[in-house]
Amino acid sequence: MLLLLRLLLKNAFRHKLRSALTLIGLVVAICAFGLLRTIVDAWYAGAEASASTRLVTRSAVSLTFPLPLNYGERIRAVQGVSGLSWANWFGGVYVTERNFFPQFAVDPPSYLALYPEYVLPDAQRQDFLRDRQGAIVGRKLADKFGWRVGDQIPLRGTIYPGTWSFTLRGIYDGVDASTDEQQLLFHWKYLSESIRQRPGANPARVDSVGVYVVGIREADDAALISQRIDALFRNSLAETLTETEKAFQLSFVSMSEAILVAIQAVSLIIVVIIMAVMANTMTMTARERLAEYATLRVLGFSPGFVVRLLAAESLLIALVGGLFGIALTLPLAAFVGQAVGTLLPVFRVSELTLLLQLLAALLVGAVAAAWPAWRISRIDIVAGLRHVG
Amino acid sequence: MNAAAADALPPPLIRIRALSKAYQRGAQHIPVLQGVDLDVQRGEFIALMGPSGSGKSTLLNLIAGIDQPGGGRIEIGGIDIAGLSEGELADWRAANVGFIFQFYNLLPVLSAAENIELPLLLTDLTRRQRRQHVDAVLAMVRLSDRADHYPNELSGGQQQRVAIARALVSDPQLIVADEPTGDLDRVTGGEVLSLLADLHRQLGKTIVMVTHDPKAAERAERLVHLEKGVLVAGTAFGH
Repeated sequence: MLLLLRLLLKNAFRHKLRSALTLIGLVVAICAFGLLRTIVDAWYAGAEASASTRLVTRSAVSLTFPLPLNYGERIRAVQGVSGLSWANWFGGVYVTERNFFPQFAVDPPSYLALYPEYVLPDAQRQDFLRDRQGAIVGRKLADKFGWRVGDQIPLRGTIYPGTWSFTLRGIYDGVDASTDEQQLLFHWKYLSESIRQRPGANPARVDSVGVYVVGIREADDAALISQRIDALFRNSLAETLTETEKAFQLSFVSMSEAILVAIQAVSLIIVVIIMAVMANTMTMTARERLAEYATLRVLGFSPGFVVRLLAAESLLIALVGGLFGIALTLPLAAFVGQAVGTLLPVFRVSELTLLLQLLAALLVGAVAAAWPAWRISRIDIVAGLRHVG
Repeated sequence: MNAAAADALPPPLIRIRALSKAYQRGAQHIPVLQGVDLDVQRGEFIALMGPSGSGKSTLLNLIAGIDQPGGGRIEIGGIDIAGLSEGELADWRAANVGFIFQFYNLLPVLSAAENIELPLLLTDLTRRQRRQHVDAVLAMVRLSDRADHYPNELSGGQQQRVAIARALVSDPQLIVADEPTGDLDRVTGGEVLSLLADLHRQLGKTIVMVTHDPKAAERAERLVHLEKGVLVAGTAFGH
């Protein structure tokens, strides 16, 4: 066995330049496959992190149309609803447009109750609840801008004109890696009252809500409760559309569906290309070694043995390339994650992606060996012995 | 030889009857062997000679079980190898035939000892037992000090001695050699032939050797001459 293993290892890296080039191709392909999959995953991260017991109610016309605040009490009274909160997209600019990150005006007590995945120390939570000009941010966002609790965060309003200043009262951590830690939450009351006081305020924005977040007791009742909520406001001036939080998040993703499909297609094409490159390598290898395989057959080794020898060699090269590719993916993903910043707040290489990378590498190895292995399984020993590699 | 004398002989190791082989090249049918009859006794050393294209290598390949005849029978040790499946033939070769090639056919990535050990991987021997067998045949071919050398670190003669050791290591009853000195200079070729002759004498192996070289053929006990796929003459050297 040791001898066969040595034969396998020595054969696999016999042509150093060819092996190195094939390995580089594999590493790049597997790494690119993993990165592209991670980009797609990051796009869906919001939807994946959604709770099945949360619904989102928004204007049936468009997300840009606000809903009246007084809808809240009626929604809260719907059978099956366990909690209610609301949020407005703020859309402010921190220093420069390049520093984009999501900001929401929320009703803090009810919002934090509905989002237990935002883990905030008790003292910071209390400080935030007490200070109407206070805000909390996710850990990644705080780290990105070097913010500390007590810092002032000025935002230039785009939807809500003027300069808005918030005191950072807390930094929350996500309960797991899929939780968005790149957003800022502040008091909806502060926003609403400020609008009211500012000259020339848009009356439509006063006491209005971007979306309601509705907590429900049973995930299975989501459809029924959605229907009940929307029925309440049918034929009103502001009809609603209620859907699960996941469906709500996916509606954003669907806007870029074509891009995602393209990215997924490219990630598969990369695997197919490296498959062809490696199949070429293994075909050359098998052709050069015809006389050696024929010699093994003369010595009494079966056709299956030489096929396994070639397949194992191909799988070994693919495995080594795949492992290096996977190893390279992790630091590269961290770098890309930092570069894309708040655009894709949860940029993490998932365990599934790592597994798929490994499987893709092994698939490349297996497919690359298929044709040459079939050829050498049918080799005529006498013709093989005459072959000059 | 009269009938009584023939009855007294032990059955031949190789018994070939009406053996034929032809190749098809497009529409052209090219006969290579036609109606060959040949007996080789156990422990006999024979040389096959003939001009290029006479069919001697084809006959050798058929005897070694690496090619299939078009017709006739090849019995080796009482087994009609033409009737064996590919898998059975591979097992039969591993147990019964040692092959020596003109160009040695050593695996370049393995050392001399590893090349010799290869056929033993098909046996039930333990690693230690394999090592003992390898050491023994390396000593026989006088290459014990080159066990860890790779083929490209050995001369042609040394490589052929490694190939002979590989052919011997599983102790086959039959050794076939296809132009074993064809790639060697006269002196080195002579050394290799002496080694083969010694092994034949000491171990009593049956050897069938194809050669172009009359000097090499003289080392055999019997010369069989082929022309255009037909056995035309046999000469016993009597040593």
